[in-house]
Amino acid sequence: MITCPRPLVLALTGCSLTVGIGISVYATSVFAQEERADAALNQLVHEPPTMEDLESADIHPELKKVIRYGHDLFTNTQQLRGENVFNDMNCSSCHLGEGRVPFSAPVWTAAITLPDFRGKNQHVNNLEERIAGCFAYSMNGVPPEYGSDEMLALSAYHQWLATGAPMYPDKPIYGRGFPAPEEPAEGPSYARGETAYQENCSICHQENGAGHYENDEYVFPAPWGDGSNNWGAGIARLETMAGFIYQNMPLGQPRSLSDQQAWDIAYYITRQERPQDPRYTGDVAETAERFHGRSLYGQTREHDGHVLGDHDNFGEKGDIKPWNVGMPRFENLSEE
Amino acid sequence: MNNKYVSRVGLCVGLTLIAAGTVAQEGDAERGQAAAASCSACHQADGSGMNVPDGESWPRLAGLDADYIAKQLHDFKAGRRENATMATFANMLNDQQIADVAAYYSQLPATQGQGGDEADETLLARGQQLAERGDWNAYIVSCQSCHGPGGKGVGDTFPGIAGQHAGYIRTQLSAWKNETRSNDPQNLMGAIAKRMSDDDIQAVSAWYATQPASADQESAQ
Ligand code: HEC
Ligand code: HEC
Ligand code: HEC
Ligand code: HEC
Repeated sequence: MITCPRPLVLALTGCSLTVGIGISVYATSVFAQEERADAALNQLVHEPPTMEDLESADIHPELKKVIRYGHDLFTNTQQLRGENVFNDMNCSSCHLGEGRVPFSAPVWTAAITLPDFRGKNQHVNNLEERIAGCFAYSMNGVPPEYGSDEMLALSAYHQWLATGAPMYPDKPIYGRGFPAPEEPAEGPSYARGETAYQENCSICHQENGAGHYENDEYVFPAPWGDGSNNWGAGIARLETMAGFIYQNMPLGQPRSLSDQQAWDIAYYITRQERPQDPRYTGDVAETAERFHGRSLYGQTREHDGHVLGDHDNFGEKGDIKPWNVGMPRFENLSEE
Repeated sequence: MNNKYVSRVGLCVGLTLIAAGTVAQEGDAERGQAAAASCSACHQADGSGMNVPDGESWPRLAGLDADYIAKQLHDFKAGRRENATMATFANMLNDQQIADVAAYYSQLPATQGQGGDEADETLLARGQQLAERGDWNAYIVSCQSCHGPGGKGVGDTFPGIAGQHAGYIRTQLSAWKNETRSNDPQNLMGAIAKRMSDDDIQAVSAWYATQPASADQESAQ
């Protein structure tokens, strides 16, 4: 994981080394260009194109249509609800700003670093398989088939965002993932986390973490519970959650919480229930042992003795199994 | 015995909320209509307000969320939201009357926003972009991610802004930008407004003024 230099002020998108310098006048007052300039010395800094750039891009009009569809699927993934998505998320619920924003796990990174070996499923993955992973866990869903219109459109959007960035870069990527702030001196606390969540987050995500619909229209996603990502998702890990929160929340005010607050709230959220991991073997301890080195799954919650993930509630998905989970690859390749 | 105790505690908590909170009072729309007599000079009898291009626009109140209206009136009274005109009128209302006028205006049918008609296509396109997708290069989160799909409002915290007058939207965003309005919870609105250029403010104000405030209005169009 990339360490992120401590910023003096906010530092999020702005300048671009590969696409041309595109700093708007007023953005400079909000974002620390210094952090980015520093980063550019030893990291890959890339500003992905915007949907406005797409309109003027010199590419085939049919490709534009497909990229637009990919963008639409990414920001309104709920249109696949009941087919591929079984929770209250869009891809952009976690990958903020249409998957372009640094420190919000910008997704174009996958297009220039894959195919590569992935620890999570122990084989070489390409971009489609990476996207399928977020469907199975983060969307508590079932991915569209490889090569389907939806999969092709999504991967076209990812790849187009990477326009101009070098394939297999030899430097770490600026703003990749959800880098967590330093672990605070005082260990995280559930009680403090709960208080801080209620003060800073419940106005949108609700006191019970269920998110919010207004007149049946989706507005705020659910950080835990049936409408959230399942136990297998990356954001269910304490460190990833702390990073996500610190870098992105409350909405519109990234890096406004203290390190302590971010870890406390992450500690609180990652100790709530969510849909079962699709890799569930029927036994929580065994599933934890095999797949959960880094999440709290299978552990006992201190204050009430509840064993996290000890249930067979798969959320709205019920007993549908995502076809990509546990699918073997390259079994017959020789070692040499 | 136990149950009684619990319900007492519940009642106590409830009462404290009413005393301390700004919005918990039950309003009566009929009484509110009488109390609103002095308001119609500006906000109009139908609650439509008025776009005043070169002066202080009067916001449409018709169809706004009752708790949001009440919060604003309490904020004017307490000086948390500063406006000389409204301070005078809010001060004429007691807590019950605030709840009543809020109930009254909230149940009036929303009217169409004014002041967006002259905007050219480019400006409106920029406005729509900010409303629906934001501009993440400047970390301007889309308006609809808080104000809801179509800017029609979410609960009592995020007011409907579609169908509001352009002049009013513009002055409010500028007020947040210049820190003359800061009664929003958690600086949620201020953080966004401060990143907007004057052109952005112009664009998004025009866009929302041209948009329907409610589903009814949409089907009427
Ligand atoms: C619940 C939150 C969440 C949702 C929703 C979500 N993701 Fe992710 N995504 C993550 C996390 C966490 C990571 C891993 C980030 C890291 O490396 O720390 C990730 C990583 C990725 C990556 C790899 C990025 C990289 O740096 O290699 C891609 C591509 C991706 N997601 C695509 C998607 C797509 C497409 C969707 C919608 C179908 C989606 N994600 C929905 C949380 C989410
Ligand atoms: C003003 C409303 C608002 C506030 C306040 C807010 N969020 Fe969010 N949050 C959102 C929205 C909207 C998204 C989805 C992002 C998008 O669609 O652009 C989101 C996404 C998330 C996600 C990823 C999706 C999910 O539901 O798991 C988490 C986790 C989260 N927020 C946690 C928090 C925490 C913790 C806080 C308090 C420190 C907080 N949020 C404060 C609106 C808010
Ligand atoms: C002389 C004109 C005038 C009169 C009379 C008047 N208002 Fe206002 N009202 C305004 C103006 C101007 C604003 C915008 C204030 C600002 O810019 O902050 C406003 C704002 C408001 C708001 C805030 C709306 C929002 O969307 O946030 C409410 C609520 C309101 N008035 C209620 C009332 C009530 C109730 C009365 C009668 C008791 C009243 N007003 C009388 C001019 C008036
Ligand atoms: C992070 C959440 C958030 C975002 C994003 C947001 N707002 Fe707001 N906005 C609020 C809140 C909360 C209030 C209510 C403030 C109060 O209670 O006084 C508000 C109030 C307003 C008002 C005043 C309404 C009235 O009747 O007085 C206007 C106008 C407004 N917002 C416009 C916008 C526009 C335009 C955008 C997009 C550029 C936007 N907002 C984005 C949270 C947000």
